[in-house]
Amino acid sequence: MAEISREELLHVARLARLELREEDVDRLAAQLNDILAAVGKVSELDLSDVPPTSHPLDVVNVWGADEPRPSLPAEEALANAPERDGAYFRVPPGGSS
Amino acid sequence: MIDTLRLTAEEAAGLVREREVTPAELFAAYRSAIDERDPELHAYLHVCEDDGGAEGIPIAIKDVIGTRGIPTTAGSRILEGYVPVYDATVIARCKARGLSILGKTNTDEFAMGSSTENSAFGPTRNPWDPTRVPGGSGGGSAAAVAAGLAPWALGSDTGGSIKQPAALCGNVGLRPTYGTVSRYGVVAFASSLDQVGPVARNVRDCALLYSIIAGRDLCDSTTVELPEPVALPEGDSLKGLRVGVPVEFNEHEAIEPGVRDAVQHAIERCRDLGAEVGECSLPRSVEYGMPCYYLIAPAEASSNLARYDGVRFGYRAHARDRLEMYERTRDEGFGEEPKRRIMVGTYALSAGYYDAFYGQAQKVRTVLAREHAEVFERFDVLVSPTSPTVAFALGARTANPLAMYLSDLLTIPSCLAGLPGLNVPCGLSEGLPVGLQLIGPQFSENTLFRMGHALEQALGFDPVPPRLVG
Amino acid sequence: MSRSSRPRHPLDDTPVSAWESVIGLEVHAHLKTRTKMFCRCELEYGAAENTRTCPICLAHPGALPVVNARAIELTLALGLALGCELPARAVFARKNYFYPDLPKGYQISQYEEPLCGAGELAIPTAQGRERVGIVRAHLEEDAAKTVHAGGATGRSVGADYSLVDFNRGGTPLLEIVTEPDLRSAEEALRFLRLLRQTIVELGVSDAEMEKGTLRCDVNVSVRERGEEGYRPRWEIKNMNSFTFIGRAIEAALRQQIAAHEAGEDVGQSTYDYDPDTDTLTAHRSKEEADDYRYFPEPDLVPVEPPAKLVERLRAEQPELPGARIERYAAELGFERAGELVMTGNEANAVLLVAQGLDLDAAATVSMNQLAGRTLLSENARPLVEVVQAGNLTREALNAAFDASTERPISADEFLGQTAVSDEATLGPAVDAVLAANPQQVETYRGGKEGVLGFLVGQVMRETQGKADPAVVNRLLRERLSS
Ligand SMILES: [Mg+2]
Ligand SMILES: [Zn+2]
Repeated sequence: MAEISREELLHVARLARLELREEDVDRLAAQLNDILAAVGKVSELDLSDVPPTSHPLDVVNVWGADEPRPSLPAEEALANAPERDGAYFRVPPGGSS
Repeated sequence: MIDTLRLTAEEAAGLVREREVTPAELFAAYRSAIDERDPELHAYLHVCEDDGGAEGIPIAIKDVIGTRGIPTTAGSRILEGYVPVYDATVIARCKARGLSILGKTNTDEFAMGSSTENSAFGPTRNPWDPTRVPGGSGGGSAAAVAAGLAPWALGSDTGGSIKQPAALCGNVGLRPTYGTVSRYGVVAFASSLDQVGPVARNVRDCALLYSIIAGRDLCDSTTVELPEPVALPEGDSLKGLRVGVPVEFNEHEAIEPGVRDAVQHAIERCRDLGAEVGECSLPRSVEYGMPCYYLIAPAEASSNLARYDGVRFGYRAHARDRLEMYERTRDEGFGEEPKRRIMVGTYALSAGYYDAFYGQAQKVRTVLAREHAEVFERFDVLVSPTSPTVAFALGARTANPLAMYLSDLLTIPSCLAGLPGLNVPCGLSEGLPVGLQLIGPQFSENTLFRMGHALEQALGFDPVPPRLVG
Repeated sequence: MSRSSRPRHPLDDTPVSAWESVIGLEVHAHLKTRTKMFCRCELEYGAAENTRTCPICLAHPGALPVVNARAIELTLALGLALGCELPARAVFARKNYFYPDLPKGYQISQYEEPLCGAGELAIPTAQGRERVGIVRAHLEEDAAKTVHAGGATGRSVGADYSLVDFNRGGTPLLEIVTEPDLRSAEEALRFLRLLRQTIVELGVSDAEMEKGTLRCDVNVSVRERGEEGYRPRWEIKNMNSFTFIGRAIEAALRQQIAAHEAGEDVGQSTYDYDPDTDTLTAHRSKEEADDYRYFPEPDLVPVEPPAKLVERLRAEQPELPGARIERYAAELGFERAGELVMTGNEANAVLLVAQGLDLDAAATVSMNQLAGRTLLSENARPLVEVVQAGNLTREALNAAFDASTERPISADEFLGQTAVSDEATLGPAVDAVLAANPQQVETYRGGKEGVLGFLVGQVMRETQGKADPAVVNRLLRERLSS
């Protein structure tokens, strides 16, 4: 398994929306490489004929009837908001960074 | 005088039923035990002021389980101050049976860890030896039950977070069959693996609590009805039970001699109780379980933790624009381990790597499930150590993530296969509890309870840490 | 109004026909369910901000999705209507990206295993059926609504902050993806209108562009006629007006052709259409290149459409608009048949035909006197009697049409009011009109017979509309030619 490059590390961090501090990059890269080397062991097995399991139980067709249930009062919906503006959640603008 | 160190939940319920104590008195007794011993142990992140007028006995709740009106942090700064507006289904079921909530117990951040040292709010200490960890991620619940700070507790298990701390703290802990207990309202770590389960002082309590929380929930599409009702175990015979001893799980080099001895002793007692004991093999489970788990769980986690973005609840860092809000909030709000797993999981799902990592891990999962199914054609229950070691010292594994990951070597394979597992304390090594892991096929909880109960009687393990007595 | 629907080429010396347009659509329609896709919050257009939310659609910790059964049914119903292959198994998948209107940090959608596979929609035309391939149709959830506030433009970039209302978040969204089979803006719009009509008639969606319940992404590229394969395409996002879709396609075609002919690179990219300037601008809403990291949604189980359900839905399928247009076209021609079906005036015609009026006459009155109105079904019989009587005054006829949409009528109310056809009564009026309009009489006799209509109108006025126009016509002709 190839080593994760600095560039790749930063790309993955951006995908995951994690700000990486410069002083953490090398340490994290080393840890990730150790972990990826260990988990890369799964590729030792030839499993071309094996179906994937995304779920431990064989259950299908679970759904609910299209019948309304009470929503939260707006005050409760907004109770945990870090920042609000009237009945809206407020967030910073989409920047150009 | 209520001895919270020894009182079982069943006994406590009996006292309340017979009106020998009131629910409020019982609650107060645990509250004073918490006041006395929790400053040292730090099993609780939040302790409730009162029992809310409940008519039954109290329970402690792992802080990944959402409780309406009671802060729920999942051990993370990013959820500091978050107060759920709804109860998890398991909480609603506990309340419906009159249980009162003592408080929220400590956990590794987002249940990611095996020692509870990854909690953003400081580690929990093992009641048997406070220089050691209680295991994790559910170290708070296990320590609370072991130290008499709750008669029983709810935990959650993704790759061993109920069973392993139960082993290290000398509790009985059940990781139920995937799909038998609702995940609704439980902070998600890895959805296809997470299960809520009971932590208790003995097997009957464990079965009783399981009977309260189990069963299909319309709010969790992955739940199913139990094929048979939960039977509280009685009796002491294991006649007719076929017990398999998988070599890879019992002879792994990571297993400490003291742990091996205690487990061997327990297996001998199974024979004495009438079980047919035989060796078997699960050739790929131990070797490939760990790598498989540490791909699937982080991949799902990377997605499950995307909702912590500073928009609707929880922590938000100061930021000038949106991207900065996301990146700073998540950088400052998440600790090292969640960040590491988010990175691994994001990488494993990203373009060009999906097939080699996540896709391949899902196939390994199939292999492990098949391997277990095959063995269960010949055996009813598999036994092994739950943890390869007894409780380790605080700080011993924090510097090396991979060393920490190995703590769950023996609990992970059955989790990947969706199988139930029960930890039963089976003795001491170096004065610390050793846990026996019982694994059965899907929906075999009653068998596990029966076997656990019979062994418990035969082994006579005292679950009270000696240092807390007197 | 007078815009040509053909791509106009910037260089007049090069014939437009050297290039072939290659257009595909991704159509998003809000499903007509009562509740959201994965929670049971009630859908209500225009409800107060953040009053239709719950832990699930706010993505609170621990909340889990539960599939809306009705949404599955509606999607399958559409799949059947488009002749889609219905796979034995469909799987929900997570599409991961960050945006404030996406509370979970992922959209639950479908990826490798959609509910509906390949199908087609055939547009009936006089030249035969234009077949447009459907690649797939799948079910997903809509995002919430973000309002960009402060700043100058009301756009994301340059705003001071944004406000989020999660009411719309989680609305069931049907996504239909076509093959790149469309060859002009005109054809794309024809397809889209027929698809919309089909969706509306099935009860799958209200599909109202103005309300945002129907939106469309367009993929446009060009290639030289006879060329194999495809050139890089432009994706124009999120359009919600037929007019703008047509203009955006034309703008893209224009710019691509110009670029190709100038030997410039036409890269694959994403645009927004700005209707104010009739130009395409680079689309930027997400902060980095897309890598959605799709994987099967572990909180949901697969859907295996039960045969019984599919059979019921198949039995409930109505005759679709395309098929009806073909059926009517034999009598009405494709243009009128299309108009009848697509303008929503068809129901009245159907009622009238059922009571014995011929389709041609029924179509005419439905698209004229009854246009935009709903005939009360019990009035169909008396109205046909009135129309077929053929000798009513125009006033009486109009009164009958009006009343038939408002209250129960009987034919007798109107049949008494027959037009005056008695020559002895009409003769003096005709003579008076001729005497009063010598100029027009002269014109007619000079060979311009078109003036006859004016004279008929004058007689109708003279008789307060009670004259039978056919008789007036005859009398005028007789007198003018003598
Ligand atoms: Mg989509
Ligand atoms: Zn909702």
